[in-house]
Amino acid sequence: MGTTGAKREMDMMSDRVADRVRQMKGSGIREFFDIAQKMEGAISLGVGEPDFVTPWSIREACIFSLEKGYTSYTSNWGLLELREALSDSIYKETGVYYDPKGELLITAGVSEASDLALRAILNPGEEVILHEPSYVSYKPCTAFAGGTPVGVPTSVEDEFKVRAEQIEEKITAHTKALILSYPNNPTGAIMSRKELEEIADVVNEHDLLVISDEVYDKLTYEGTHTCFAALNGMKERTIVLNGFSKAYAMTGWRLGYAAGNKEIIEAMMKIHQYVMMCAPITAQMAAIEALRCEDEVERMVSEYNRRRRLMVNGLNTLGMSCFEPKGAFYTFPSIKSTGLTSEEFAKQLLFDEKVVVIPGSVFGACGEGFVRCSYAVSQYELKEALERIGEFLGKRR
Amino acid sequence: MGEKDEAKEKEKEILQILEGNARLNDAEIARMAGMDAAEVSELIAGLERKGIIRSYKTVINYEKAGIEVVQAVIDVKVSPERDTGYDSVAERISRFPEVKSVRLVSGEYDLSVLVAGKTMQEVAYFVAEKIAPLEQVRNTLTHFLLKTYKENGELYGEEEQGKRLAVTL
Repeated sequence: MGTTGAKREMDMMSDRVADRVRQMKGSGIREFFDIAQKMEGAISLGVGEPDFVTPWSIREACIFSLEKGYTSYTSNWGLLELREALSDSIYKETGVYYDPKGELLITAGVSEASDLALRAILNPGEEVILHEPSYVSYKPCTAFAGGTPVGVPTSVEDEFKVRAEQIEEKITAHTKALILSYPNNPTGAIMSRKELEEIADVVNEHDLLVISDEVYDKLTYEGTHTCFAALNGMKERTIVLNGFSKAYAMTGWRLGYAAGNKEIIEAMMKIHQYVMMCAPITAQMAAIEALRCEDEVERMVSEYNRRRRLMVNGLNTLGMSCFEPKGAFYTFPSIKSTGLTSEEFAKQLLFDEKVVVIPGSVFGACGEGFVRCSYAVSQYELKEALERIGEFLGKRR
Repeated sequence: MGEKDEAKEKEKEILQILEGNARLNDAEIARMAGMDAAEVSELIAGLERKGIIRSYKTVINYEKAGIEVVQAVIDVKVSPERDTGYDSVAERISRFPEVKSVRLVSGEYDLSVLVAGKTMQEVAYFVAEKIAPLEQVRNTLTHFLLKTYKENGELYGEEEQGKRLAVTL
């Protein structure tokens, strides 16, 4: 094909795909990820999900529900039995009561819930403030919903916490909402109640909404997690997003939920009923059982905590300075001493030593100079990976 | 949390780690538990001294190793004694090296005894000659073990393979 042909092809492409999608930057390192996915003998610290298989009693409950013939749609809101159990569980954990009829919506994962939340609240051009480094979908989803994402860089000096005054600086007449995601992916940072209260004051003062993605809440190893909605006056302003993926090792089940005030949850339900109809009933039946499996969660959390210490200690011993992550299952060590960019580091580590890590820059520009290493891997793999990273660093000195 | 509770928590954490893998050394345990190695050594020594840690053993799948071991669970009905109840007969049975475990259980029978030997005959004779004739033993029921699916929390079947992708954000 000549250049004219290629150009014509591109023009046609641009006609067929909507502008807002075409303009969305694809991930620049997809190619690297493709290689990483297929590399034989690689140890992956690039995983964003538990290495545990869903606890057996949960799987068993799901199988039983299938045998019983639970294969239909459910209410758009989700099974009432699940919403009631969830309401109890949230109340027990956070002290915040959500009416199972109207304040809770069961979704296909937190991913769907965050998309619904953004679409339910944003008018074209309204701004959403979000701290970075952060999970990769907030910015694109904000843009798809017609909003404008406004990033706030956090730093290792602040332990990757976002400070109230940083948020305040970004507030304009168009600011509609703030996205918070603590415990944080990719840094493992958590926020104390006091620090969140300072943010709540700003939220109040500027009449903002908050989308609080708390999917890693149960994976908090030091201190206690504070649900943003539990803060004074925040229940009305906060859409809490959470789900079963991380704490119950149920990523593939795609089950999450949103909790918030009736008006907004109702608005989210409006979208949900047309695009998703309902979350899969099989996953919902399993989730009812999951809520009875606190012992399993506790067992997994203790194991993550041991690996967390092993990894942080191991990385620091290797001379990769690593701030102490207190939640989720990620470490976010600095690779600045190598003189490489985080993408170069990840690529060379993969090719030289077959260890997969995620360049921090994927999670926002301020993630440059860091890599995300997941400790949701077996202790054996963790030790082996640390040895390989040690080899890699040794050769570069 | 009081100092005593804190020590208890630390001991519990060490016990859980060791129960999962008894081959870890003190330094490794210390890193995992967020303690220092000297403290871990001291606590473990204490747990051994107090008899809380009884021994460090290995869970072995003998079938896979091709080593033949015959095991049987023996239900034993006994007449309890006036002063010692079930204890004295249970302790007597426990002393035989062929006996791997002895437990007092509820239900029709009183003791559940695990016996191991090289052949079925050896195990059967052991029961007939050593356990059944005991004065307090009224009845025995022998169940030979045919296949082990799970032992001490370890599944014997094929391990569940993770099906995760190498990269997920």
